[in-house]
Amino acid sequence: MDIYLPIAGQSVNALFIVVLGFLVGLLSGMFGVGGGFLTTPLLIFYGIPPTVAVASAATQITGASVSGAMVHMRRGGVDLKMAGVMIAGGLFGSVIGAVLFRLLQSSGQIDVVIGLLYVLILGWIGALMLLDSLKSLGFLKVEQPETPQQRRHRWVSSLPYRWRFHGSGLYISPVAPLALGFVAGTLTVFLGIGGGFILVPAMIYLLGMPARIVIGTSLVMILAVTAGTTMVHAITTRAVDVVLAALLLVGGVIGAQYGAVLTTRLKPDLLRLALAVIILLVGLRMFLGLFWRPDEIFSIEYL
Amino acid sequence: MKPRISPLLIALVAPLLIGADKPVLVPDISAREVQIRYSFSGAQLLLFGAVVYPGGRPPDHQVDIAVVLRGPVQPILVREKIRIAGIWMNADSNRFRSAPSFYAVASSRPIADLLDERTAAIYELGLHNLQLSPGGGALPEKERRFEAGLLDLRSRHRLYSEYPHGVEINGGVLYRAVITIPSQVPVGTYTAETFLIDRHKVIAAATRDIQIDKSGFERYVALAARRHRFLYGLTCVALSLFLGWAAAAAFRRRF
Repeated sequence: MDIYLPIAGQSVNALFIVVLGFLVGLLSGMFGVGGGFLTTPLLIFYGIPPTVAVASAATQITGASVSGAMVHMRRGGVDLKMAGVMIAGGLFGSVIGAVLFRLLQSSGQIDVVIGLLYVLILGWIGALMLLDSLKSLGFLKVEQPETPQQRRHRWVSSLPYRWRFHGSGLYISPVAPLALGFVAGTLTVFLGIGGGFILVPAMIYLLGMPARIVIGTSLVMILAVTAGTTMVHAITTRAVDVVLAALLLVGGVIGAQYGAVLTTRLKPDLLRLALAVIILLVGLRMFLGLFWRPDEIFSIEYL
Repeated sequence: MKPRISPLLIALVAPLLIGADKPVLVPDISAREVQIRYSFSGAQLLLFGAVVYPGGRPPDHQVDIAVVLRGPVQPILVREKIRIAGIWMNADSNRFRSAPSFYAVASSRPIADLLDERTAAIYELGLHNLQLSPGGGALPEKERRFEAGLLDLRSRHRLYSEYPHGVEINGGVLYRAVITIPSQVPVGTYTAETFLIDRHKVIAAATRDIQIDKSGFERYVALAARRHRFLYGLTCVALSLFLGWAAAAAFRRRF
């Protein structure tokens, strides 16, 4: 069934988009990731203009993270003060990101920058996940490090103006979570990703937050920042396609629910291995896309 | 889609033209308006009409017809990718001030057989005769490269097309041509021009307008995204929050 996207200005197969949303939602429900890092490249491969893909994928992540954020809120697994600081940084980052986005757009380099960032991020996260799952499946033997890991990095505790974060049981400078939020917000504008896969390890290893509240706090932060990013895109690039986002959402929110159920029934390590392979394949395709002679040497920009 | 009114029209117009010594074109289009709706996946337009000859008698030799459908003119910037350090990125660019967003020409014989190059260029008949007004004082060689790139790109997106045998002429009087519009056409006022060509000369021409517009919901969304950016963004956020919440609520009851 073909449906016309009013902002992208082309028709797409509605079923394909819903199924894509569902599969990504399934992954996000299973692994607690937003899934934007898969939605955006797949939409670009499908032929949606990169700007529209990035802007509309951010909208989808908002919807996909609602149910998770609600569950964690109810369980008290959210440090609201920490989330607030990170959201402030994230919103600031998304505005700065939007300015950069416009600059790159007018100089014609936005597609290459999106491609390069995706290759770096997908390659990095894919490799990490692959190693991790191979270790836990027993294919790789690892030596446990002798020295116990430091609770948090020394430079974080050396930052000035310390605040007390009761939910996390931390006494640290708000500059560190602010900066973390800033990076995530910029990435959201650029790549249409929530940045959960960067936030979660950074919150554990850099800030030293207890794992119990990390997922909930990052979900709340992603929810707020992707909502803010949608606004930023709607106002600056005007590339949010509500029909495309709705199609992705319908598949995505349902997929997320099934994904959450599936995690309890399937072997998680094998799933993670599969996800790592998918991510690496998408990254590889993006990588080759940069170096292969493109189908279109010429492109048109409307003045 | 049949030509409904043309015989009637000829009957009405013919008496007025009897004294004239030149043939007159009476063109029509199967749709004066094309509405882009949710299920829009392109459209086919039938451009048809009649040639009214002085005295009502068609000439003994074959005359030819060319039909041009063109979309609104847009200033555009064409970028060219070049391999830099192994990576393909946009490097060079050229402006075109008057590239039509859509252009299709159908003719009863290939344009090259109908008109000499100069005349074809005057009437902008044929893709290579489009006046794109390249700007920026670039070298002619570069301009030609970008022009070829633009024509090739839009031809493959079916935004520019040529139908060298696309016009069918019946009895020397009635003509018809079918032109396909793809789904990604821009909206605006399109013009359909019809040319009557006899012995390498254009002896009659006529123009009709077609309105291509987004309608209903699609029009509303496109307008809202442009005019009420803040509210549009807010609606998108509200929609995603609602769908996320609704799915969570629906599934909590089931599992």
